[in-house]
Amino acid sequence: MIRALFLSLVLLVYQAAPLRALDIERVTSPGGIEAWLVQEDSIPLIVMEVAWKGGTASDPAGKAGLANMVSSLLDEGAGDLDAAAFQSRLDDIAARMSFSADNDNFTATLSTLAENRAEAFRLFSMAITEPRFEEDAIERIRAQIGVVIARNADRPDWMVGDAWYKAALGDHPYARPAEGTAETLAAIARDDLVEFAGRVLARDNLKISVVGAISAAELGALLDRTFGRLPEKASLPDIEPVTLPTGGETVILVRDFPQSVVLFGVEGLPRDDDDFIPAFIMNYMLGGGSFSSRLMEEVRVKRGLAYSVSTYLQPLDRAAFFFGEVGTKNERVGETLSIVRRELARMAEEGVTQTELDDAKTYLTGSYPLRFTTNRSIASQLLGIQLENLGIDYVERRNGLIEAVTVEDIARVAQRLLKPENMIVAIVGKPDLSPNPNLPDDEDMRPAPPAHPGDAPF
Amino acid sequence: MFRPRYLAALPFAALLVAVLLGLVFGSERGLTAGAPPESFTLGNGMNVLVIPDHRAPVVTHMVWYNVGAADETPGKTGLAHFLEHLMFKGTEKIEPGQFSRIVARNGGQDNAFTHYDFTAYFQVIAKDRLPLVMEMEADRMTNLVLTDAEVLPERDVVMEERRMRIENNPVATLQSEMGAALYGDHPYGRDIIGHMNEIAELTTEDALDFYARFYTPNNATLIVAGDITARELRPLAEQFYGSIAERAPTFIRERPQAVWPEEDLRIERRDPRVTQATWLRYFPAPSYRKAETRDRAAFDVLAEILGRGTTSRLYRALVVEQGIASGVQSWYEGSRLDDGRFGIYALPRVGGDLASLETAIEAEVARLLEGGITDDELARARTVIAASAVYARDNQRTMAYAYGEGLMTGLAISQIHEWPESVRRVTKDDVMRVARLVFENNPSVTGELLPGGES
Repeated sequence: MIRALFLSLVLLVYQAAPLRALDIERVTSPGGIEAWLVQEDSIPLIVMEVAWKGGTASDPAGKAGLANMVSSLLDEGAGDLDAAAFQSRLDDIAARMSFSADNDNFTATLSTLAENRAEAFRLFSMAITEPRFEEDAIERIRAQIGVVIARNADRPDWMVGDAWYKAALGDHPYARPAEGTAETLAAIARDDLVEFAGRVLARDNLKISVVGAISAAELGALLDRTFGRLPEKASLPDIEPVTLPTGGETVILVRDFPQSVVLFGVEGLPRDDDDFIPAFIMNYMLGGGSFSSRLMEEVRVKRGLAYSVSTYLQPLDRAAFFFGEVGTKNERVGETLSIVRRELARMAEEGVTQTELDDAKTYLTGSYPLRFTTNRSIASQLLGIQLENLGIDYVERRNGLIEAVTVEDIARVAQRLLKPENMIVAIVGKPDLSPNPNLPDDEDMRPAPPAHPGDAPF
Repeated sequence: MFRPRYLAALPFAALLVAVLLGLVFGSERGLTAGAPPESFTLGNGMNVLVIPDHRAPVVTHMVWYNVGAADETPGKTGLAHFLEHLMFKGTEKIEPGQFSRIVARNGGQDNAFTHYDFTAYFQVIAKDRLPLVMEMEADRMTNLVLTDAEVLPERDVVMEERRMRIENNPVATLQSEMGAALYGDHPYGRDIIGHMNEIAELTTEDALDFYARFYTPNNATLIVAGDITARELRPLAEQFYGSIAERAPTFIRERPQAVWPEEDLRIERRDPRVTQATWLRYFPAPSYRKAETRDRAAFDVLAEILGRGTTSRLYRALVVEQGIASGVQSWYEGSRLDDGRFGIYALPRVGGDLASLETAIEAEVARLLEGGITDDELARARTVIAASAVYARDNQRTMAYAYGEGLMTGLAISQIHEWPESVRRVTKDDVMRVARLVFENNPSVTGELLPGGES
């Protein structure tokens, strides 16, 4: 049925609005430390995002949780300030400082009112160059992380990810929980913390982005004061590259939840693969694009099987996954998974239509400016672009890369990636795996999903 | 963040919302955002608010309805939220399921949320697409088309959402029971998403009746934040929304007064899926709207000093000095049309018990009531809260949300805008006065989530 087309705008071919000329300056300090800066004076605050290569996968065997523990301790006393004094000082100037560790990177964020810039950067510098690692702080943080580890084991969303990684990667470092286990946490000594900070928080593995009310000259001077005392070179272990086993597997953690939480994954693509951008667009059409995706249409809209179903790419430095996740009541897990597998196979076999691709492109190019609306989000984008070595002109080039993708590219990458027979599936709940609960189970179960998309610079 | 169709009030996410909200406005020491946002009213009674932020050529477009889960008829809980889902199903002009696809095709993101006192819909999109989303939002204000073919699967979706948020989450289940105990028969004691057995019975007709009664321009507020001025917005608002006729009387909300517990209540919930215990306590407290003017900002200052962050009293005592908790926090929920609440939660260390946490928390509260607070504590709390207003200005959506929530819960634009000034004026006496309101002769509801029990 043709409906009245009053929305004349809908029919226009969408031309992605040119991204506001984002003036990204490459600032190099007198001492040779580089940062990317966007000066933005209209709000009196400054955001700095920092990453060092070297994350949880660098934890020594038997001491999983080390990077995470360091990240929890850097603001627990530094220089001449103990933990209480350091944190009071931060609150007195209303600065916000946080550290965390993901698989490949150790990251930090500093936010400050522009007027308190000097003191905020001074405290940050103390945290990264002179952490005290005092025994009472170490034991307190160890106890707090111990609680996180224990509580994680009560959470279906955590359990399903842990089960997936163990099934998929065995004892590879990427399969270790970021916080470690009760045993590895207990094995971490003060010397390990000191050694990690000295070995990872260096200058040759450092990326910095800054957005806010600060000029290039002002930042240049601050960079040396803040980072200049770090050692020149980091020392990082080699992480073995890893790929997923073929043949597929389903792991079930039987727990008494009415809704099963399902995570499925197959081999993905590294960020520097020539097909990464086509894969990124393919993901949007399959399961990344919310209500514009095939899985959302088939699983949620048509059948009411789930509140949320989604897929995403997860490229790491030494591995790459394509994940999907869905939650549905136990009785309908098999039915839902059979639809998911069917949709993956269908896209692999038939590709997508030109209209689907065109719609995906107008969303992905048209929404790109939405990632650059806050100082915080701009800083995050610039850091991601640096970590992936995409180049300082990437913001200008990126929409062109999307536009250049064809339906043939999508068909090729769908065939490369979407292999339901290789899916590793983890389920937490009490799932009925029959594709049709009233019929004999004639399908062997496979796939499920992982975690979350994050702020990747795609 | 763009998690399709979510509820604003989630377990523990509510903490964040409450915190954000207390913090969202203005600041001291010359950091105030200048003049308050401009507002005007259309001929049909629809209110309009503009929050300029010209850093990027992007706008956040929101329509807020003055109706929420607390306005549902008993027996039909979940209807406000269910209708929120169904608003994406189509109109005479938009095919079922096309609303979000059209927004996406134009580079935009859209979503909606439901709370006790409001329901809101929004799109974030390039500025030049603003007329498109305004036209579509105006269209679905009165032209919604619903059929069982779309409605019934969506009801299953909502039941899955409830399973995800509450049935699968023992802490949320406990919070749900505690809310009912605190607010009694007041609708704030219900789950926003509704009770499972009542969601299951909601019909297309129920949704359309609710829609016809409450979705009318005189019951709605438009908020646009981002790269826009009032001068630019006014003609667009007149064109797309001003032309919609009122189709129902303006909704004057008259709800029963909350009847607070007459004595302290305790809910102990054992759950075999849980290995780590959780302790929670809710105290009756007025909302921002119902509080005395001089008390209004003091509740947030109290929450900050007592239990926000690592410099707070509860954290220092329970986590650092006594080493019995791994986390502890206090918060104030004032963004309610009717009454609010004050809350404290604590997590024990592994192997620790809840009784010692409770004893230690009560001792800290008693110490505060007896000994008062220091000048340093007051100054630090005011600084942190006022600075949060500046941080909030970094995000146009945060600003739009803060103003929308304030307006829907009975605050005036000027009160929201001048919030940091109110915080700056809070004195030690103010903090102690509201501390006595919260902690003296004010029966509370305590919740304990413990391992064990029947599966």
